[in-house]
Amino acid sequence: MSPVKAFFLASRLAWRQLTHEKANLFAAMLGVLFACVLVFMQLGFKDSLYASIIKLPVAMEGDLFLMHKQTEAIWRTVSFSRQQLKRAFALPEVEKAVPVYIWMAQWKNPDNKTKRTLQLLGYDPDTKLLKGKDIRENKKRLLMQDTLIFDNLSRPEFGPVEKMLSEQRLFTEINDHKVEVVGTFKIGPSFAADGNAITSALNFLRIFPERLPERIDLGVIYLKPGSNILTAQAFLQRRLDEDLNVMTHDEMIAAEMSYWQDNAPVGFIFGFGVVIGLVVGMVIVYQILFTDITNHLNEYATLKALGYPHYYLTFVVFTASLILAIIGFVPGLILSAALYRLSEGVLYIPMPLGLGKILTIFCLILGMCIISGSIAMKKLKSANPADMF
Amino acid sequence: MPVISVKNLSFSYGTGALKRDALKGVDLEIEKGEIVILTGPSGSGKTTLLTVIGGLRAAFDGSVEVLGQQMIGAEESTRVALRQHIGFIFQQHNLLKSLTSLQNVCMALELRDGLSEYDRQKVAGEMLKSVGLSDFLHKKPDQLSGGQKQRVSVARSLVARPDIILADEPTASLDKQNGQEIVHILKRLAREQGTTILLVTHDYRILDVADRSLLLEDGEITGTPT
Repeated sequence: MSPVKAFFLASRLAWRQLTHEKANLFAAMLGVLFACVLVFMQLGFKDSLYASIIKLPVAMEGDLFLMHKQTEAIWRTVSFSRQQLKRAFALPEVEKAVPVYIWMAQWKNPDNKTKRTLQLLGYDPDTKLLKGKDIRENKKRLLMQDTLIFDNLSRPEFGPVEKMLSEQRLFTEINDHKVEVVGTFKIGPSFAADGNAITSALNFLRIFPERLPERIDLGVIYLKPGSNILTAQAFLQRRLDEDLNVMTHDEMIAAEMSYWQDNAPVGFIFGFGVVIGLVVGMVIVYQILFTDITNHLNEYATLKALGYPHYYLTFVVFTASLILAIIGFVPGLILSAALYRLSEGVLYIPMPLGLGKILTIFCLILGMCIISGSIAMKKLKSANPADMF
Repeated sequence: MPVISVKNLSFSYGTGALKRDALKGVDLEIEKGEIVILTGPSGSGKTTLLTVIGGLRAAFDGSVEVLGQQMIGAEESTRVALRQHIGFIFQQHNLLKSLTSLQNVCMALELRDGLSEYDRQKVAGEMLKSVGLSDFLHKKPDQLSGGQKQRVSVARSLVARPDIILADEPTASLDKQNGQEIVHILKRLAREQGTTILLVTHDYRILDVADRSLLLEDGEITGTPT
């Protein structure tokens, strides 16, 4: 018997055996489906976490970014002296240097007056720091005293700002300081900040009277056109205070990512969830296959007596595990897609379901089932045709 | 040349103090086309002898030649290959319960090369017809009576045209009428195909189908049953 023919016939037998006992098949399908959904959700949360936390750095524009070396992530900065930014002009290529203040602030929901923390950015609105037409269109209004613009994609607990704004002028309090909301923009919440707001550097200092103007959280440097960013970076890193990191845009994004991946236990937690999901799924599939083999032991011994070689029986179990992987994965994928949409509605963070992720998870589930099948196969050894008499 | 030639075969279970001799120097020769019934009390070693001849159990003392192949000390792969030339009928029908009668009989044909799915179904269907089950091709074992299941089992053992049929108490779980019918079907088809049959039984009601009957007592062949 050729291996291809044996494989085909063995998979047909596996299919017939699995479909003969519908209740067992359904239980097995639920087991794989459960593992599938667990892995999909964990990986989905992890990816959307990473996507959400780099939204602000990605929205920024600039050639070099200065941060204190003790700054782990943008939402928890360690401030540094504004003088450092002025010293950057020692490099003739530097065209502009923009100080940025970032702090968490108490926002009062203008609708129901509850307070919630959001991330407030203060910088000269006349610069091109943040991309987005909505931000740049509002820059004139931000120059007025006690004004800010609000991130429209913030969580709904901050209030129906855009709707209220469309009806009349909107005033609220931030850190118990009265401000007028003069417009909206779109960045979206991250795992660290439920919402964002932007104001001018002057307004920022009025909102946080305890903050010293000469201590800034982020410095952004713009070079003259045609300058070499890497040479400038090396020069500044050498000349400026050694407490500072001088990073390119990509490096800053990478640093933000690495905080969440390595320093914060979040990446580990989701990775752990994936492993647990796979292990639970593996145990369920193993149990199902093992019970199935035990129930069919007589039949396997009979097949051996008919002259079927052992490897044919391993094909039967192997293909049974493949079948379980596929029939569990398909409904698992459909359910996960629905749960992704549901989670987006609750988290206000996008959860994309790309082909890459689908294929990755299918491979994980397939691997899980194959490992279970390989372990369960050992039971086949106890199918002894001599015991049939 | 005999199809089965057993010389001075000994076999024991267990080791040391627990060692129990099942076969003590058995000699047996069966010619092609012969129908031989082996009978004897429980524990006399009948089934052990059958499983050694069928290549289901490895034995190490004496000589067992089946279809010209020495089974003593034979590799697992040799024994697996031999089994493809032997049809087994068990006390229990041992059908695959997830398969229909037709699919069960086809399982004995799927090992053979050169047959298409269509060929297999045709041959299996004819075989089921000759055991009187043409109306039950697509029934699963749960939907068949005990006698019908044993007929499917007979059809499965014969369909690949084996050289030898080894049957162990094929009538034990059947009533007299069904038991008689099964052995007579078996005899008729074996004669048509020229198949050799070694049948182990307690059932003295079916001794008449045999060309020759042997009595096995305490691991030794002691003559013919009376």
